[in-house]
Amino acid sequence: MLKKRIVANVVVKDGIVVQSINFKKYLPVGKAAIALEFLNNWGIDEIILTDISASKKNAEPDFEQIRKATLKCHVPLTIGGGITKIEHIKEMMHCGSDKISLNQAAIKNPKLITEAAHIFGDQCIVVSVDAVKTDKGYRVYDYVTGKTIDTSPADFCFKAQELGAGEILINSVDRDGSYQGFDLELINSVCDKVKVPVICCGGAKNANDFIQALTKTNASAICAANFFHFTEHSVNTTKANILKETKVRLETHADYNECSFDSELRLKKKDDITLEEMLFIKIEKEII
Amino acid sequence: MNKQNIVIIDYGVGNTHSVSNAISYLGYKKLKISDSEEQIKKADALILPGVGAYEEAIKNLRVRNLEDLLNEEVLVKKKPILGICVGMQMLSEGSEENGWHKGLNWMKGKVKKLELPEKFAIPHVGWNNISIGNKEPMFNRIENDSNFYFDHSYYFDCADDIMAAWCDYGKKVTAAVQKDNIFGVQFHPEKSQTNGLKFFRGFLNSI
Repeated sequence: MLKKRIVANVVVKDGIVVQSINFKKYLPVGKAAIALEFLNNWGIDEIILTDISASKKNAEPDFEQIRKATLKCHVPLTIGGGITKIEHIKEMMHCGSDKISLNQAAIKNPKLITEAAHIFGDQCIVVSVDAVKTDKGYRVYDYVTGKTIDTSPADFCFKAQELGAGEILINSVDRDGSYQGFDLELINSVCDKVKVPVICCGGAKNANDFIQALTKTNASAICAANFFHFTEHSVNTTKANILKETKVRLETHADYNECSFDSELRLKKKDDITLEEMLFIKIEKEII
Repeated sequence: MNKQNIVIIDYGVGNTHSVSNAISYLGYKKLKISDSEEQIKKADALILPGVGAYEEAIKNLRVRNLEDLLNEEVLVKKKPILGICVGMQMLSEGSEENGWHKGLNWMKGKVKKLELPEKFAIPHVGWNNISIGNKEPMFNRIENDSNFYFDHSYYFDCADDIMAAWCDYGKKVTAAVQKDNIFGVQFHPEKSQTNGLKFFRGFLNSI
């Protein structure tokens, strides 16, 4: 059985991983290579690395930095930001990327989707769409100009699918960094329209939000950015909580199935006797 | 150990760097990403990675004059080769992706579009557990039902005798094939975390 995926979005601005709030405010987090290595070790199912400064500055993707960042990433990696031509995608594939995501290109030069899908296969092309809620309903948002486009995300995604996109990443600008949970209505509006897998993003606060999105929408993958950066083992603890409700992949050595969580789904401290006993447990590093 | 010459065949569209990251993580030092005749002839094992459309992949392989060379190395000299994703699909007679395209024709069977019941999205993307039919040598370190990462819209429709593993996605989907020194996997071991690394270790130890 195919499992739903838990995905991390690593947002990079000017070479540094950042926490993004409403696409307006950015707080520094650290180096991309370290974020990728840790997410990998904590058992993430997939990573999306988005450079939000490349398109704004009209710059090419920073291939050298990407090559360094991907060395210890053994999970599927989608890279986006500044991709405007086929040569960029070719080079990405030589930098440790497995898929690429198109956001600006999907708005300005949708032909690139078709061209890229023809060469790299549709499974390699993710179209990433930012959406805002307006009084006319949901609309596509162009983060470079800061303007909305008079098309609904559902129609936009359908067109992208027809052009050859193999996956859709739908991101809610309003929920970005808000900790208000996923916009289920937005996600369903897109899932109802397209046949390709949908990845949803924007607003996750804790494992419960993932469970809501997994059980109340048809999204194939649930993505969060900020949420994963700030606690140790954030990925496996989240998965341990999700597993109580629905099926995801959890194969890391630390599976947290014996642990208890508080109402915010944060890990609770074990009692002192257990902790004392744990002092004498030696965990051998698995040798592959 | 770790002394084999391994060549990841670079034909323009594969995710070569991802594969190289995974194998060098295991400590294999004599690892090259190359399309040169000299390197391929020197190799103890070949890896044909894949991310790409079939037509483009096989066309690139032919443009780089690799088909005759690989026929010689694999069919005559019996060098072990592992195809990944579209690299595995190219081992077949051919594919119907964007019109009919002839493959390397090393294994019986054709690559066909996944035709699935309504609720199954295509491409088949994500982690799926595999059923192992033939443990040796590819899966000798892998438990049955382990999860691997898949990402494809077409599948290798092959006979049961060469199917080494399969998964369930609305139908029985070929996950791995093997015949003599020729091996292929539909999933991406380079992107399947610990299971993927164990897979490479098992495969490379066997050669």
